Amino acid sequence: MAERPREPKSKYTAERDFAGAFEGETVTRRRFMTLTTHGAGLVAVAAFALPALGFAAGSAIFERPPAGWEPIGPTDDFPNDSYVPRVVTEVTGVGEVGKTTVYVRARNAEIDGPPDPEIDTSFVAISTRCMHLGCPVRYVDAAKRFICPCHGGVYDFRGAVAGGPPVRPLDRFYTRVRGGQVEIGPRYSVNSKFDRFPNYRDPGQPLDGIGQYLYPGRLSTPRLNSP
Amino acid sequence: MKLPALPLPSALKPPPQRPGEREKTGPAHEVKDAGIAAVDWVDERTSLSGGLRWAMFRKVPKGTNWFYTLGSATLFAFLSQAVTGVFLAMYYDPSATRAYESARHITNDVFLGEFVRGMHKWGSTVMVILIFLHMARVFFFGAYKYPRELNWVIGVALLILTMAMSFTGYLLPFDQRSYWATIVGVNINGTGPLVGPYLSDFLRGGAEFGATTLSRFYAIHMLLIPGLIAALIGAHLYLVAKLGTTAPPWLKSEQTEELHTERV
Repeated sequence: MAERPREPKSKYTAERDFAGAFEGETVTRRRFMTLTTHGAGLVAVAAFALPALGFAAGSAIFERPPAGWEPIGPTDDFPNDSYVPRVVTEVTGVGEVGKTTVYVRARNAEIDGPPDPEIDTSFVAISTRCMHLGCPVRYVDAAKRFICPCHGGVYDFRGAVAGGPPVRPLDRFYTRVRGGQVEIGPRYSVNSKFDRFPNYRDPGQPLDGIGQYLYPGRLSTPRLNSP
Repeated sequence: MKLPALPLPSALKPPPQRPGEREKTGPAHEVKDAGIAAVDWVDERTSLSGGLRWAMFRKVPKGTNWFYTLGSATLFAFLSQAVTGVFLAMYYDPSATRAYESARHITNDVFLGEFVRGMHKWGSTVMVILIFLHMARVFFFGAYKYPRELNWVIGVALLILTMAMSFTGYLLPFDQRSYWATIVGVNINGTGPLVGPYLSDFLRGGAEFGATTLSRFYAIHMLLIPGLIAALIGAHLYLVAKLGTTAPPWLKSEQTEELHTERV
């Protein structure tokens, strides 16, 4: 069958032989009403669906809770060659669920290297959250290592990965000394060179090389404005 | 109105009235007539009987066997989960400080509580096992092929939703196992590049496991996903009724005599 060249359709309904077409009309009344009704339906759905979505996701993703400091004991309690466990509250109002164990020691220049000039580094507070998938690690003094019960993650005395599946060293907490008491602040993450990431990441998210861009910092993590 | 005759086997059909026999009367017959009248009343206004007959009195291929009941068994497991879940919700309290205590209360104090909670707990495992058996039946019988591909896709969506039910339901007893399993599960979500960190924030309701995490999981577990599953089961069953079921693969198609002779 031979292709017949088709004339381009006129944009005026009158020229296209629509019944009851007006002079200069480009959209029929029927089509206009159809579009209006569909548009009104879309607006009505969006009017409840978008606020509901924002309600479910908004405060979860965009709300940053305030950061606080919690005293954990006098400075003499913490040696520089071993860790002392302390329980701090990370989330308030949820009872035991909001508490977590931190391992604290005084800074040891031989092990820790040059101090970070931007923060108070006189005490080191290491999180028990395993950087594989978040199980609780424990410190074994005989081995000078942190060991995770779930999938065999092992960390050395500084918290760097010594074996197993974890992707980065254990998280740390900001510390400061006020009135002779060591205080624990918000959590921060470190990569394998112990560079500090104030927007701490969840476990399983590497921070070396491309990792720090594939797993961006979130807007929901409590952090210090001026350490 | 006279209902069309049901497709019953001849042994079950009521015998025709003998000539000269009087119409049956009596209370039993009046009750029967009243029932028929009530069904007629609804049917006259909805035409439901046609749809029911279309869905339920279908022709099935030769060779249909017990393996074909695995889908219905899964549906039954879902209904059991729905019913026991609704009643567990009457005693359960999705708050971080009281959830464990309310679950303990259901098991130890409430009449039949241990039984209903046990049905829900073991029923979830049974449902997952039945889904995989049903899926294996469809796969090995080749029942996913044209024109039933869309029903396979819907089935896979139902499988994923059931897994999401298992994940969200696992937190609700709120013991050590629940808590750490959820921590690990949410962190596995978080390992997705770029969107992962925000997805786990969405699941937890914030950067940390907090006050709203449990109620979030509870709402997803008992409202959001069951609704989706029920809707998709409806679509799944509609397609089963619309397309019919397949014969088992070991049955060869029979050629009729006429077609055979015509080809020669």
